[in-house]
Amino acid sequence: MSATIVSLPDQSTARIPKMNYLSKENGLLSWLLTGDHKRIAILYLISLSFFFFIGGALAGLIRLELLTPQADLMATDTYNKVFTMHGVIMIFFFLVPSVPATLGNFLIPLMIGAKDLALPKVNLLSWYLYIAGGTLAIYTMATGGVDTGWTFTTPLSTHYVNTNVLTTGLAVFIAGFSSIFTGLNFIVTIHKMRCPGMTWFRLPLFVWAHYAASILMVLATPVVAIAIVLVALERTLGIGVFDPTKGGDPLLFQHLFWFYSHPAVYIMILPGMGVISETISTFSRKRVFGYTAVAFSSVAIAVFGFFVWAHHMFIMGISNYAVLVFSLLTMLVAVPSAIKIFNWTFTLYKGSITFETPMLYTFGFMGLFTIGGLTGVFLGTSGTDIHLTETYFIVAHFHFVMVGGMLMAFLAGIHFWWPKMTGRMYPEKISQLAAVITFIGFNFTFFPQFILGTLGMPRRYASYPPEFQVLNVFSTAGATILGVGYLLPVLYLTWSLKYGAIAGNNPWQATGLEWQIQSPPLTENFTVTPIMDHEAYDYEWLENQNLAKEKSKEVTHAG
Amino acid sequence: MSEQNEKAKHDEHAHHIVSPKVYVVILIALLVGTALTVWASFIDLGFWNPIIALAIATAKATLVVLFFMGVKYSTKLTKLTVGAGIFTFLTLVSMTLADYISRAWGSW
Amino acid sequence: MPDSPVIVHGASEADHHEHPAYLRHHFESVEQQADAAGFAMWLFLVTEVMFFGGMFTAYLIYRNWYYPAFVAASHQLDVRWGTLNTLVLIISSFTMAMGVWCAETRRKKGLVLCLMLTMILGLGFLGIKSIEYSEKIEKHHVPGFHYSLQSFTDPQSDSAVYAEYHDKPLPLDMARHTEIYFSLYFALTGMHALHMIIGIAILGFMIFRAQAGAYTSGHVTFVENFGLYWHFVDVIWIYLFALLYLISRHQ
Ligand code: HEM
Ligand SMILES: [Cu+2]
Repeated sequence: MSATIVSLPDQSTARIPKMNYLSKENGLLSWLLTGDHKRIAILYLISLSFFFFIGGALAGLIRLELLTPQADLMATDTYNKVFTMHGVIMIFFFLVPSVPATLGNFLIPLMIGAKDLALPKVNLLSWYLYIAGGTLAIYTMATGGVDTGWTFTTPLSTHYVNTNVLTTGLAVFIAGFSSIFTGLNFIVTIHKMRCPGMTWFRLPLFVWAHYAASILMVLATPVVAIAIVLVALERTLGIGVFDPTKGGDPLLFQHLFWFYSHPAVYIMILPGMGVISETISTFSRKRVFGYTAVAFSSVAIAVFGFFVWAHHMFIMGISNYAVLVFSLLTMLVAVPSAIKIFNWTFTLYKGSITFETPMLYTFGFMGLFTIGGLTGVFLGTSGTDIHLTETYFIVAHFHFVMVGGMLMAFLAGIHFWWPKMTGRMYPEKISQLAAVITFIGFNFTFFPQFILGTLGMPRRYASYPPEFQVLNVFSTAGATILGVGYLLPVLYLTWSLKYGAIAGNNPWQATGLEWQIQSPPLTENFTVTPIMDHEAYDYEWLENQNLAKEKSKEVTHAG
Repeated sequence: MSEQNEKAKHDEHAHHIVSPKVYVVILIALLVGTALTVWASFIDLGFWNPIIALAIATAKATLVVLFFMGVKYSTKLTKLTVGAGIFTFLTLVSMTLADYISRAWGSW
Repeated sequence: MPDSPVIVHGASEADHHEHPAYLRHHFESVEQQADAAGFAMWLFLVTEVMFFGGMFTAYLIYRNWYYPAFVAASHQLDVRWGTLNTLVLIISSFTMAMGVWCAETRRKKGLVLCLMLTMILGLGFLGIKSIEYSEKIEKHHVPGFHYSLQSFTDPQSDSAVYAEYHDKPLPLDMARHTEIYFSLYFALTGMHALHMIIGIAILGFMIFRAQAGAYTSGHVTFVENFGLYWHFVDVIWIYLFALLYLISRHQ
C-alpha cells in the first residue's frame, strides 16, 4: 500500500512560516481575549477534549459496573448519577459543539474566503458561555451529581429527585445559548461574508452541512431552553405546568424537550457529514458525486428534522394517531441521510482511493453510520419500537450514529486539517493503527448491545440477569480497546506539535480555499481577498495551478 | 469588480429611511386596532370572540413587523428569516396540539 | 508577503468605500457590516420567537383542556389595566421608531428625546404590571404553596370580579386547574417583563451614548437593531394581551 497522495515540501529546507495566527501574539491574555476564529477554535478544541475525557471516564465506570450482573462496583443510585452525567457531558458539552465549534470555527471563514466570522466577539462570548456551562456541570458532579437521565424527564426531575437538577439545568441552558450564538454566527457569515465568485453552489459541502446544522441550532435550541426554565420554576416556585397533581401534563415537557433533542441529533451529525464530504472527495480524487443532491440533502435533513420528534414518545401515551403520523414522517427523514451515503459511495466508484488516516475514519463512519441510521428506521417503525424501546437496542442505535458516526467524523476531520491548524503532519503509521483500533473497539463495544437489546436487556440499570453477562463482558472489553484507540491520538498529536513533519500549504493536494494558503494561516487568513473562479472539488483546476507554478519556477531557475 | 457593479451593489444595500408620516399612520392604526379589539371583547360573539381577538392581534403585529421593523422595505433574506421563524413556531404548536386533540379520539 | 503565495486571484485592491473608524477590520465595507449585524439581530429574534413559542404552545394546549378554569381565571385580569398597558407599549414602539428615524437623519436632540420617552413609557408599563402583580399576590393567585382557590370555588366571595362576570362556582377538580393558568400567566408576562427590563437598561446606556453623538454620525446599526428588539417585545405583548385578557371574557 504505497499509494499515497501526500506531498510534503522538502523537509531539509521547509520551515513553518514565521508569521502565522499562532505566533502573532503571545501570552494567555492574547488567547483569552482573542477575536480570531482560528484561536477560538483551538480554545474549543482544548476544552472539548477535557470534557470528552471526563465523559469518557464516566463511560468507563458504567462499563466496569456492567461487567458483572450484580450492582457491585457502586450503589444503584450512584450508577444513575454516573450515566446521567455521562449523557449530559457527552451530548451538551462534547457532541453538540464538537465539529462546529472546532473545525467549523476554524474552517468556515477560510473556505468561503473571509477574514473572520461575521461576529468575532459573539464567537468569543459563545466560548465563554460554553466554559461557564461546563464549569457548572463539573460543579454539579462534584457536589453530588444528578440522576434524572440526560432527558430530565418530568415528573421525576420536578418532584421526585433531590439531586442537583437546577444546576445541571442551568448548565445546559447556558451551553444552549453558546450553541445558538455559534449557529447564528455561522448563518450570518455564510450569507454575508463569502468572497467574490463564491456562489452558493461553489461552497464546499462542509459549509452547506454547517449551514443546515446552524439552522437547527438557532430554531430548536430555544425550545429546550424554555422547557428547562419551566422545570426550574416548577422545582423552585412550585408552578404547575408539568405537574400532574395540578393537572399539568408531563408529556408536554417531552414534546418540548424532543422538539429540540431530535433536531439536536442532527446538529450532532450534520457537521460530521460535512467532514466526510471533504475527506471522501480528497482521498478519491473526485468531485463529490451529486454535489447538489448532497448539498440539498443537508437542508432537507434540517427541515424534516422538525417533524419527527414524537418518535421518542411512542410508548409514553401520545395519541395513536400521532404515533402513526410521526412514524411515517420518521421514514421520510431517513431518505436524505441515505442520499448522502449513496452519493459518497458513488464518489468512491472509479476514484483513485488512498488510505490515509482521515480516509480510514471516513470508511468507519460510512459503515457505522449506515448501521446506526438503518436501526433508526427500525425504531421509527412504531410496531418494532414498542419491543425495542428503552432497551440496549436504543443505546446501540445512538452510539452507532453518535460515536460511530460523529466521533469518527470528528477524528477524520482533526487528522485531515491538523496540518492546516498546526503546520505539521501527524505520524501516519501509528495513526492508521489508532483508526483501526478504534473501529475494532467500537464494534466490540456496541454491536453486542444490539443483541442485548433484542433479547430484552433494559437500559439504565446497574444490574441485569446473569444470562446477559457474556455479551456485557464483550462490550466492556471492547470499551477498553476503544479507550486505547482514543488515547493514542492524544499522545501522537501532541508529539507531532513539535516533531511532526512540516506540512506545507497543501499536503493532501486538496482543492478547498483553505489549502491554498500557508499553514498555519495568517491571522487575517488571506493577504488579498480571494476571487473564486471554479467549482468546488475541481482537481483539474488544482493540477493546472500546480503546472503553472512549476513553469514559473523553471523560468526563475533558468533566469 | 467594475465600478458600475459596485455602484449597483451599493444601491441595493442603500438603507430605506421610512418617513415619520408612515409611522404616525401606523401608530393611529395600532391605536384604532386596540380600541376595536377591546370593544369586540365586550360583546358576546361566542365562538368568534377568540378568532376576532387573534385576527386583530395578528393584524397589529403584522403592521409592527412590516413598518416599525421595516420588513416591508427589507431584503428577501430578512423576509425569509421571519417566515422561517413563524413556520417553525406553527409546526411546534400545530403538531403538539394535534397529539392532544387526537388523544380524545381513543384507539382505533 | 508570507513565503506561500496565494494561488487564487486577489480582488482588486482599489477600494471605492469609505473607511470610517467603526468599520471593523474583517469586513469589506460599511454596508456589509451593517447588513451582517441586522441579519444577526433578526436571527436572534427568531430564537426569541421559539423561546416564547414553547410557552404559547403550553398555553394553547391547557386552554383547550381546561377551558372553564381558564375562562374563570382570566376574569381575574383587569382589561382596563391590560388595555392601558397595550397603549403604553404601542406608543413606546412609535417613539422608538421615531428615534431610529432621528438617528438615520442625524438629529441628535430628537434621538435623545425619543429614547427618553421610550424609556419612560417602558418604565410606565412595568409600573402598571407591578400593580397587577401585587393584586395577584394579595389574592393568593400566585401559583405555588399559598395558592388559593377561593375566587373560583366561591366566586361571590370575590365581589368585584363577580359583579362584572357573574361566574358560576367551579367544581374543585376544575378549579384546581386555574393554577396552571396563573403559572403560564406569570411565566409569560414575567419573561416578557424581563425582556422589558433588559431593554430599559440598554436604553439607559444608549441615551448616555446618544448624548455624546455616537449614533448621529452615520453609524446607526446599534439603534436600528435595538429598535428591532423593542418592537419585537411589543409584538409579543400584543399577543399576550389577546390571549390572556381578551379571548375568554365570555363563556
Ligand atoms: C437516520 C435516521 C434516524 C432515525 C430514523 C432515527 C430514529 C430514532 C428513533 C425512532 C429513536 C427513538 C427510539 C426510542 O426511544 O424508542 C431514536 C433514538 C435516538 N437517536 Fe436516532 N434516528 C436516526 C438518526 C440518529 C442520529 C443521526 C443520531 C445522532 C447523531 C441519533 C441519536 C439518537 C439518540 C441519542 C436517541 C436516544 C435518545 C434517548 O432516548 O436517550 N439518531 N432514533
Ligand atoms: Cu429522534
